[in-house]
Parts: sequence; structure tokens; C-alpha cells
Amino acid sequence: MSSEALVEIRDVNFAYDSRPILKGINMTFPKGKLVAIMGLSGCGKTTILRHIGGVLNPTKGYVKVDGQVIHELDQDGLYKMRRKMGMLFQFGALFTDMTVFDNVAFQMREHTDLPEEIIRDLVMMKLHAVGLYGTQDLLPAELSGGMARRVALARTIALDPMLIMYDEPFAGLDPISLTVVGQLIRRLNDALGATSIVVTHDVQESLKIVDYIYFVSDGAIIAEGTADEIRASGEAFVHQFVYGEMDGPIPFHYPDGDFNRDLGVGV
Amino acid sequence: MAIVSSLRGIGTRVVNGVWRIGFGSRFFLMTLLYSGASFRRFHLTVKEMFSSGVMSLIIILVAGMFVGMVLGLQGYETLKRYGSESALGTLVALSLVRELGPVLAALLFASRAGSAMTAEIGLMKATEQISAMEMMAVNPIARVVAPRFWGGVISLPLLTAMFSSMGVFGGYVVGVVLIGVDEGSFWSQMQAAVDFQHDVLNGVLKSFVFGVAVTTIALFEGYDAPPTAEGVSGATTRTVVQSSLAILILDFILTAFMFRGD
Amino acid sequence: MERTTLDLWVGMFVVAGIGALVVLAMKVGNLSTYNVSESYQLQAYFSNIGGLKPKASIKSAGVLVGRVTEINLDTERYEAKVVMSIDRRYQFPKDTFANILTSGLLGEQYIGLAPGGDAEMLKGGEVIKKTQSAVVLEDLIGKFLYNKAEGSK
Repeated sequence: MSSEALVEIRDVNFAYDSRPILKGINMTFPKGKLVAIMGLSGCGKTTILRHIGGVLNPTKGYVKVDGQVIHELDQDGLYKMRRKMGMLFQFGALFTDMTVFDNVAFQMREHTDLPEEIIRDLVMMKLHAVGLYGTQDLLPAELSGGMARRVALARTIALDPMLIMYDEPFAGLDPISLTVVGQLIRRLNDALGATSIVVTHDVQESLKIVDYIYFVSDGAIIAEGTADEIRASGEAFVHQFVYGEMDGPIPFHYPDGDFNRDLGVGV
Repeated sequence: MAIVSSLRGIGTRVVNGVWRIGFGSRFFLMTLLYSGASFRRFHLTVKEMFSSGVMSLIIILVAGMFVGMVLGLQGYETLKRYGSESALGTLVALSLVRELGPVLAALLFASRAGSAMTAEIGLMKATEQISAMEMMAVNPIARVVAPRFWGGVISLPLLTAMFSSMGVFGGYVVGVVLIGVDEGSFWSQMQAAVDFQHDVLNGVLKSFVFGVAVTTIALFEGYDAPPTAEGVSGATTRTVVQSSLAILILDFILTAFMFRGD
Repeated sequence: MERTTLDLWVGMFVVAGIGALVVLAMKVGNLSTYNVSESYQLQAYFSNIGGLKPKASIKSAGVLVGRVTEINLDTERYEAKVVMSIDRRYQFPKDTFANILTSGLLGEQYIGLAPGGDAEMLKGGEVIKKTQSAVVLEDLIGKFLYNKAEGSK
């Protein structure tokens, strides 16, 4: 954690209506690093990404990206900031009515005045970078899940963002695609000199590629460290999570009912 | 207790309804505000005119033809009793140009193109395409909603004109070609009775208003749909129901303003 | 679908739509009978115009020669003042007779011009002096009943 921070999250609290989702989150994402946010489904991981992207505003605290506090930006400032960010959505979120080419070219056409020949060359380079040169005329419906994820990745990096966010990039992928996408995330981070944030619950794949990990449970950070530190963590929840054990701090049984009493056994 | 809970239910529905009207109006104003790109990059609007206009052509032309033929048949049977079959052209043309053309074309448009718009935008939302666009610093209202709005608003008056023309042709086929009403009086009485400004242009104006109403409802329902399969299908149904009601109510209001006193 | 073919379809759609509008205007509506050529104005006073409306046709010997542009009540004479716009190609003598007629028993009302024999022609803005008002069905029936009553005396 020596180099300069690109994203700083300081004491962020957030509540939907009056239900608290985030409770005093502090995170730092240094430039050039690949950082993972891990936790169970519904623990607030994606909400953190939405705060960085400025989709949600914190009820307390602030998120600072590249020296600017996100929730203090106006619409124009926010859109300018988002141009420097890329986000890969859970299932890719490719535009289903456009070809692969048009999907990757989308931001170039929206945000630049580049002539069509240069856009073509750029799109081919991005597709080549994710190993899908040759698919440009296909529609998203004609791609496999893993390929769609890689096209979405190519679209995310279309304008060479300084910050790339991944929302569950490994969800629903077969083991081969999993490795491919994992390695791509690492390689693109290093090649572009970007900073990456991966939100995931896929422990094994992400421990292989990331520099630093935050563990989130119930809206608060319960552990952080490098991959080795996390593997060796003494925290019971982290241990259960990393090694995928059935019982631990997160019990197998839903906490409420007493099954035995329901059956009329015992007590 | 039952009374209290049902009262509470009514209260919630009223508050929800008012909230949706407010949100819908804001959505409509945002659409108008962010319409610049739909005209600067007109190919976006052209693409939507294809999916809402060209794709509705067949149903509009066939329906128009048959509505005109029915009008010819029924009109002839009724007018014959008063010995004024020669007014058949007037009857067919006036009913089509003033009422049936704009209303029926808009109803067909709502169920063909409006429901498709709702489903499309609802699915884009459910699959996070709208969020993705926002994260790419592209305003989805400007890029997705406004071109569809203008595509629909431009398409519907054109479809209505085609519907009415086909209807007059259908009435001509049944009245003149099949039944044998005098061709000369069919056309000349029609031309004497149908005024371009008062009847034809008012019909076009009606269909323009219907176009604004149907596309706004369809786009809003899609944009507001819960991002699930049930949410999208429910929104699609609501689009058809609400647009149909809106068309009929607006038609009454517009007719009262346009054709009162003759 | 490629953008060019799509453009072609939409282009054809727009052309067909505007074509349909033109058909509605020309063939179904009366835009083709609006006077495109130059016209001049004539006026006439009627004691009763019946159901005559602006834009009603003006015919002479059955040929359409113009349109009614304006109908007002002249409060000095308490008669209806009808302004007509007549095609400049057609000139009428000073002693032309203007009748309000009905096409068919229940049809539209129009003005029929019956030319007289005067050598001088009506000029723009002049008034047709000889007019005959619309036949009002109620008056007609009333007169008929009155005559019947008279006759049976």
C-alpha cells in the first residue's frame, strides 16, 4: 500500500430507506493495483461499486476518485469522471440489438469524433486483446457465456479507462472461461497501467490474481490483506469462506426455526 | 380491521398513482430535453422508425383495407334505406379521416409497436444494459428513449394516413366495384364533404397527439418496469391497456374541440 | 440489417406515408378544388342563407367556379352578407342572379350563378344585386298548409 491511491473510500455509510447497507467502510485502491472485494451475496459489495461510479450517494462519508469527491460532482462532472472508468457488469450487459463490433465501438462513437476507419482499427485491437478477433459481425445472442464476458471486457476497456470495475466477472462461467477471464483481468490491468477493482465471491480464482483483498460482511470490513495473509487468516468467517466449509460462523440452518420442536421431539 | 386495511390499500394506491404521474411527467420532460441527439444523429431515429413504423406497415394496411370494406358494406345497407347511396363516399371518407383512421391506427400501433418498445426497454433494464450505458457516461434517455419517442411520433401520423387511404380504397372496392354505386357521385360527394384543413389535417393532428401519448406511456412503462421477467410482462400489458384508454379519452377531448358545432 | 437497406425501407415508408396524405388531400379531400389560379371577390346579400357554410361551392351551369369565403350578418340591413371568391377565368354580367340551391333533397347547399344579358361585367369587390334566398323547408310546408287551408274555404 505504498503507491498513490486512485480511489479512497472514507467512512462511507449508506442506507436504503432506513435499512443500513454499508456501515463505516474505509478502503484504499492504489494506482496500478488489482484489488478484490469479497463477501457473501447481498453483503453490500456491489453497493460499494455503485458508490464509486456515482450511481448512489453515501448517507455519510465520501468516495474520492482521482482527487475528486464523487457525490459533490454535478451531472457533467460525473459523466466526465465516468469516461475515465470502465465497468464490467455481472452478465456482461452487452447491447443485444448491436453486433459485437458496434458494442465495442459504442463508446468511441458516443464520446469521440474519430473517423470510422480508426474506430475499426481500435475495435479490432480490443477484440484481439481479448482473443476474439473474428467475432465482430456476430450478435451477442450468438456468443457463449464466456465469449460474451470477454466481448464485454473489450467494450469496458474501449477508451483505455484508468479505473476498471468488475462486478462478479466469474459468475456462471465454466472452469476454462473462468481461468481465461481471470488471466485477462490481470493482464489488462498490467498492460493498461490501470487500477482494477473486482467484486466477487469466487475465492480461489481471485486469490490467484489479485494484489490485495477486502472482506466485507454485513456492510462492514472484517478482514483485509494480501492473498497469503487471507489464506492464513485466523478470522473464523474468512476461514469458512475461503475454504468453503459448510458450518462455521455462517450456520447451515436458517437461524429462526427450531426443527425439533416442530416435529414434537425433545423439549 | 378489514376496513382499516382496505382504506390503507386505497390510500397506498392513490399515493402510488400520483407518484407515477409525477415521475411520468418528469420522464416526458426529460425525453424532450434530451432530444437533441435524436435529430443531430438522425440515423438513431431512422432505426427506430424502422422498428415502429415499417414493422407495423402490414397490419396497418390490411386492417385499414378491411375496415374500409366493412364501412362500405354497412354504410351502403344503411344509406339505401334513405335512398342516398351516393353519399357512401362521404360516409366512408369522413368516418375514416376524422375518427376511425387515427383511433384504430393508434390502437394497432399501441399493441404492435408500443408493447414492443416497453418489452425492449424493460429487458434492457433487466439485463443491466441501461446501467451499463449510464456507467459509460452515455445518457440512456438521450440515447435509448428519445430516438424511440421521435421514431414513434413521426411514424404514427404516416401510418394513419396510409390506414385511411387504404380504408377509402376498401370502401371504393366494396361500394363501387362490387355493389355498383355510381363512381362519379362516390368521389365527387366525398370531395365536396371532406375538407382538407378541417378533416384531413385535424385527423393528422389527432394521430400526432396519440403518437405522443402511446410512445410516452410505452417508454415510461418500460423504463419503470421492475427488472424481472414478471415485471417486464406486467409492464407490457399495462402499456396496451393504458395507451388504449388514453387514445379513446384523448379522442373524445380532441373531437369535442375540433368538430364541435357541425 | 445493414444501415443502408434500413434507410431504404424507412425512406420508402416515409414516401408512402406522405403519398397517402397527398391522396387524402387531393382525391378524398377538396384541396384539388381549391382555387390555385387567381381569383376575385364578389359580394351578395341574402335575406336567409339557410344552411350555407363557408367553403361551400359556387356553381354556374353546374360548373364549379368558386367558393364562399365569408358569411356575416350585416347589421345595417339585417341581411346575410356572403363574400365569394370567384376564379378569374370566369367573368359574369352585372345582372347575374345568385341563388342558394341544394344538391339533392338533403344535400349540401351551394350558390348557383345564373348570368343575365348585360354587356358590362362584374368587377372585383362589386355586389351581386339580384339574389334569391335559400328555400327553408319549414316555410315551404307552412305555406303549403296555409294554401291548403285557403283553398278548402
